[in-house]
Parts: sequence; structure tokens; C-alpha cells
Amino acid sequence: MFDSTLNEPFLAPTERATHKWRPVTEESPLVRALLIAVALGGLAFLVLAPLAVVFAEAFAKGALEAVKSLAKPEALSAIKLTLLVAAIAVPVNAIFGIAAAWVITKFDFRGKAFLITLIDLPFSVSPVVAGLALVLLFGSNSLLGGWLVASGFPIIFALPGIVLASVFVTFPFVARELIPVMIEQGRSEEEAALTLGASGWRVFLTVTLPNIKWALLYGVLLCNARAMGEFGAVAVVSGKIRGQTATMPITIEMLYNEYLSVAAFSMAGVLAALALLTLLLKTVLEWRHADQLAATRRH
Amino acid sequence: MALAMLRAQKSPMPGFGLGMGITLTMLSLIVILPVAALLAKGISYGPEGVWNTVNTPRVWAALYLSFRLAFLAALFNLVFGTLLAWVLARYDFPGRRIVDAVVDLPFALPTAVAGIALTALYAPNGAFGSIAKSMGQKIAYTEWGILIALIFVGLPFVTRTVQPVIAEIESEVEEASATLGAGRFYTMHRVILPMLLPAALTGFALSLARAVGEYGSVIFIAGNLPMKTEIAPLLIVIKLEEFDYGGAAAIGIAMLLISFSMLLVINLIQIWSRRRIGHV
Repeated sequence: MFDSTLNEPFLAPTERATHKWRPVTEESPLVRALLIAVALGGLAFLVLAPLAVVFAEAFAKGALEAVKSLAKPEALSAIKLTLLVAAIAVPVNAIFGIAAAWVITKFDFRGKAFLITLIDLPFSVSPVVAGLALVLLFGSNSLLGGWLVASGFPIIFALPGIVLASVFVTFPFVARELIPVMIEQGRSEEEAALTLGASGWRVFLTVTLPNIKWALLYGVLLCNARAMGEFGAVAVVSGKIRGQTATMPITIEMLYNEYLSVAAFSMAGVLAALALLTLLLKTVLEWRHADQLAATRRH
Repeated sequence: MALAMLRAQKSPMPGFGLGMGITLTMLSLIVILPVAALLAKGISYGPEGVWNTVNTPRVWAALYLSFRLAFLAALFNLVFGTLLAWVLARYDFPGRRIVDAVVDLPFALPTAVAGIALTALYAPNGAFGSIAKSMGQKIAYTEWGILIALIFVGLPFVTRTVQPVIAEIESEVEEASATLGAGRFYTMHRVILPMLLPAALTGFALSLARAVGEYGSVIFIAGNLPMKTEIAPLLIVIKLEEFDYGGAAAIGIAMLLISFSMLLVINLIQIWSRRRIGHV
């Protein structure tokens, strides 16, 4: 971050070679190297090693075995189900996130802080407790759930339950990315458009949306990664019915418990690759739109 | 919730009704109603019923294990995460941008994937586990394994909250400290770290909350022996599999109560430290 030439501008090049001034706001090179080594070593040990193991175990018997295990009907149905759940949960959360961020940033009302607390609540609730709460509300033992099952629309141990669980755990993602950006941008542009006679929808589509599109994409990205990978909440509500309600993470657990290591790690490898892709896109977004996303990094 | 409370003060902006309608409907359906159902189950079970479920050696052991290890993991992440944030914000080295992205991997990697990967790594026949075994130690299927999984899932929180604060520290503050004769270590210890404390505590609280409720990455590596390596969320799953909904709700409520009181204490410490430092 600190350009050393900027900190020693009064030295001629020859003098600089002999006098090594260190700015008072920097650590000694030795301390610096030591800290970098600890940080990189720690990350390699804690984060990169598990990632490497996923791919090493998946390809333990060759790439062909890994691909074969993914082509099995059970694996394919899990992949389809996970894609379907994400395809519903992510747009639902995007719509909610935009609506919540619009209300919170464009209006003043009492109870705003309380509303934000409620939106953040899923972050501090264990996924297992979230799944349990959904089972208690919609399970066949409850009043509402019993009626739903009787009318042929079961939620728990079926697709709607998995979607609800996925939406619950990813609930704050989009709203949390949008709110800081929209606060930073204020209301004046929208107010100007309204004064000039634009309709509400037109203001949103032509003024607000272009301003928040990168933050929205960023939130959707994080939401998608979590929705596809959610395990605890989905494990509780899905019933783990093979070929029907087993998502990719649930299938990983089943395969692993059956000692089908290559199959379990191959599917894990697909999700790990998705995680890496998410990080890549996130880094590109942060790099190209750093100014717009700067606000979101503050939470 | 009183709707009158949520009426917007005079604003020319359109869309309050629609936006608030979507927000409140979804919030109620997905978050408020299920959580209310959980609390209602606890109430119908009676405080005595809840207490009798929780007050068994097996449940206490699980709660104690979950909260103790979550605290230790968050503590590790507090120190390592702050160090990581400092290195990423202040030092330039080749591949810094990649390292910065790698920090977020525990957020992006599904917990079940992390769980089986850590187990493969630390099991007695795994890459790290076999080294431990040759020294007569066991990591997977012990508390150490659980601790490593909890450190993994909470790793990015402190770094992500502290890093932007470091980027905003004015270099004048450090220069002033140096001018007044403070060494670099003294400046770090007495000037910079106190400025980072509120953000670091926020990260600590987030990491703690995450670790307490973590399930996916832990159950594979834990071994799940009752009284020894059985975490509280697993007990809820076990009660549910036995169709003991009241028992599951009781443990869920106990976890919520302990989590919220811990977060409350941390928030109070945070407010106190913010006040002491005056800004950030």
C-alpha cells in the first residue's frame, strides 16, 4: 500500500541504495515477512488443504470413475433438485432484498431498526433450529401442516420445505448487500426523476436499478452459493428421500456414510468448483466495480 | 406489529406500500411465523417441560461442548483474522488479490463439503491425521476435530469486518504516535489495536454465532459420541428423528436463549468500547 519512493523523496538514487529509511508507519522487514508467512501458512493449512483434499479424493481412482459416479441417476436427480431449489430461492430472495432495501433506504418510518434486526435474524439462528422451526410450523403434526398435507400440498419432506429452508438461511444476503449501497447513493436522483414526471416503475428501472446492479449481482452470487450448499436446514426438512428430496449436499452425506468415497467427493468437487467460480466472479466484481461495492464491505 | 408504526413519514417516493407489503409478507411467512411456532411449541410444552428436557447430563454436555468450542474457535479467529486483515490491508506481496479471495472460501464452500474434506484430512489415515497418529495423537473424532471445523467456518468474519477499518486509519495517527516517541510495537498495541477493537468484536460475535449453530461441517469430523463429542444441533436432529418435537423445540429454545444472551453481552462490550474510543 505504501510506495517506498513516496516516503523518501529527498534522497538521490545513489544515497537511497546506502540509506534504507523505514517510514515510522511501517513494521521492520523482518516483522513484515514473519506476519505474511504466518498469514499465508495459516490460510494454506486451514483453507487450501481441505480444498485440495476434495479434488484429490474425487480423482483418487481416476477422472473416469469420478465422472461415472456423477452420471448415476441418483446423482443426476440430486443435481437437478439443487438447481431447481436455487432457481426458485434466489429470485425470491432477490425480489425480497430489493423490496426491503427500497423501503429501508428510501423512506423514514418508526421501527426501521427493528425491521433490520428481523431481516438479520436468520444469520444468528442455527440452520438446524431454522429447519426445526419450519417443521414445527408446516409439519404434519401441526395445525397448518396437517391441513396442508390433507389438501395434498405437503411442505415438509417435499420440495416447498427445501425451498423455504433455503430461503430462510439466505434471507438477509441480497438486502444486506443493497442497503449500504443505496444509503450511499441517497435519494436525490430518484427525486429528480420523479420531479421530471417519471412514473415510480420507470424511476426504479432506469435510475435505481442501474445504480445498484453490481451490488445486486454480488448479493445474488452469495445467495446462490449458500442456497446450493445449504445442509443443516435442508437435512431437517427434506426427509432425505433418495432420488426425490435429496439435494447435492444431502447426497454427499449419504454417499459418504456408505463409504462411497469417490462418489461423495466427486459430488463435493462439483460444489467446490461452484464455490471457486463464485469467488472468481466475486473478485472480478470487486475489482471492476470497487467504488460501487466499497460500501458493502463495511458491514 | 402495529401497521401505524410502519407508516412512512411524508415522502414523494413511490412504492412504499408495495415494498413494505412484499417485505412484511415474506418476513412473516419465512422467518417470523416459523420462529413463533418454535416458541409456541416451547410454551405449550411449559417451562417445566423445557427445563426437564434440557436438564439432563447428555443435553448439558452437548450445550457445554458447543458453546465452549465455539468460543475457543471464535477466539482463534479473532487473533488470526485480525492478523490476516492487517497483512491484506497493509502489505503488498505477489498474489495478494488471490489470497484476499481465498479468505472467503469458507463462506462459499458448502458445509457438507468442508465436513468430509476436513475429516479426510484429519482422520488417522489422512494427510494430517497420520502425522498426528505417528505422534500418538488423534484429531478427527475428538474435540480437536470439532474445533478445527468451527475455526474453518468462522474464519472470514473477523478479517472481513476489520479489513475496511484498517484501510480507513489515517497515517497521521501512527505518525503522531511515532513522533511522540512510541516504538512500532507500542503504537500497534496502544494506538492501532484499540481502534480495531469494535470491528474485531463484531467479527468475533458473528463467528461465535455461526460456530454455535454449525452442523454440516462438524458432524462428519465429530464422531458424535454422546457426552463426549456430540454437539447441540445434532441433539435436535436426533430428537426430531425420534419424533420428539417438544424435546427438539426445548433444546432449540435453550440454544436461542444462550446465543442471544451471549450476543447481548458482546454488543454491550462493543458499545462500551465504541464509546471509549469515540468513533469507528
